[in-house]
Amino acid sequence: MNMDDFRFTEEHEWVYMEDGVAVMGISDYACEELGDIVFVELPEVGDAVQQKDAIGTIEAVKTVADLFSPVSGEVVEVNGDIVDDPGLIKESPFEEGWFLKIKAEDGSELDDMLDFKQYKEFIGK
Amino acid sequence: MKKTALYKKHVDSGGKMVDFAGFMMPVSYTGIVNEHETVREKVGLFDVSHMGEIEITGDRALEFADYAVTNSVEALDNGRICYTVCCRNDGGILDDLLAYRFSSDRILLVANAANYQKIYRHLSGIAWDDIEVTDRSAGIGQIAVQGPLSLDLLLRSDLCTPVRDQLEELDYYHFFTLLNDGEEVIISRTGYTGEKGYEVYMPEGQIIRAWEDFMEKGKEMEALPAGLGARDTLRFEAGYCLYGHEIDEETSPLEARLSWVVKLDKEDFVGKEALVEQKKNKPERKLIGLEMTDKGIPRQGFDIYTGGEKVGRITSGTFSPTLRKPLAMALIKRSVSRKIKDFEIDVRGKMKNAKRIKLPFYPGRVKD
Repeated sequence: MNMDDFRFTEEHEWVYMEDGVAVMGISDYACEELGDIVFVELPEVGDAVQQKDAIGTIEAVKTVADLFSPVSGEVVEVNGDIVDDPGLIKESPFEEGWFLKIKAEDGSELDDMLDFKQYKEFIGK
Repeated sequence: MKKTALYKKHVDSGGKMVDFAGFMMPVSYTGIVNEHETVREKVGLFDVSHMGEIEITGDRALEFADYAVTNSVEALDNGRICYTVCCRNDGGILDDLLAYRFSSDRILLVANAANYQKIYRHLSGIAWDDIEVTDRSAGIGQIAVQGPLSLDLLLRSDLCTPVRDQLEELDYYHFFTLLNDGEEVIISRTGYTGEKGYEVYMPEGQIIRAWEDFMEKGKEMEALPAGLGARDTLRFEAGYCLYGHEIDEETSPLEARLSWVVKLDKEDFVGKEALVEQKKNKPERKLIGLEMTDKGIPRQGFDIYTGGEKVGRITSGTFSPTLRKPLAMALIKRSVSRKIKDFEIDVRGKMKNAKRIKLPFYPGRVKD
């Protein structure tokens, strides 16, 4: 995967478009900040989600974080692997640790997001 | 913000620093679960220099200590320690403490970072004329060496070379002192992890050298520095109370499974009258263990229900790294029957099922 295709939210979700479907997850920085992730609660296939809405939760040993939808649309796939093994998220945040695939209503929602370089600046790396 | 003498060491070893009770402390270095497992299986090093040390001296120091705390310091031999709480007149807990009996005229109390100034003021306020209460916290650093290999590590350390025999003989809740560069160092067989372990108190000026040496000697046993995150999950599994969670000024020791540290047959102590009364009429709440049967992590403050009635709240909850499941401690109404096993927890607006299980979650191996 080419990092140039990734867009980031200020809530540390990443997203890229693949044939009208937004693939999303959380950044390595988010994983680092959360610490050991032990449980994720995700929406179900078929659920309608709105951009910026809290659509799930990420539970780490110490903290809990909301998962925000980066786009509006319909959930078409949920990564069951991270539900069974949340450790996968930190091991491979940008590939195997993806969270959801969302059939986006409007792909232009990504236009206002940070690109990889801007995101790195945003987190001060 | 206060920093311990080891602050720079923590930052250099990748410690994620957070504000804890006014101190910049490492919450973790390599990850809470990794550090937790290291302590359960090998040995971990904790900087606990933020803890407060308050010394009580004077001919009647022992008598005063027994007036100030609920456990019996008099029942200890010199060189022994007890866990205790210090209560208000109404039985509410001001702090939980370790009381070190050096002699009948010198008792050392070790208090939580968040509470030691309050405890110092409280003790100074109730002290008799011939009692000296001294806050030694600023000058004393503390390293907790915890885990099944803790003794092996300390035996190899420079600090303990002259006292190896004494160290090997040291039983649980006993301590001894040694002079290092002419200054007093205390080594006690105590801890807050449920594992065999030691706590080493020394002058702040000596602590960097000791930490470096412990880390160096611990290398071959894969020792790791461990932060406050692992300290919390370890104590939680072992069923130890944490101030601000299971216990606080509104909670009595009789509610928090701490009746064993309240010696109601002592002549007099602060809070005795209220606690005697409470024991007679039964305290309002009790501390229980819960295991989630639905998915979700119970956290402090979440409400608990049974039969549609709100009966209490979670005091600590997390994913237990050792038992690999979400667990919680909770204070619930005493009137809830022992036979009731099923509860519901309000996890951010969603009701999730949980069942009552025995405390502690992890039996502990402190006497190994």
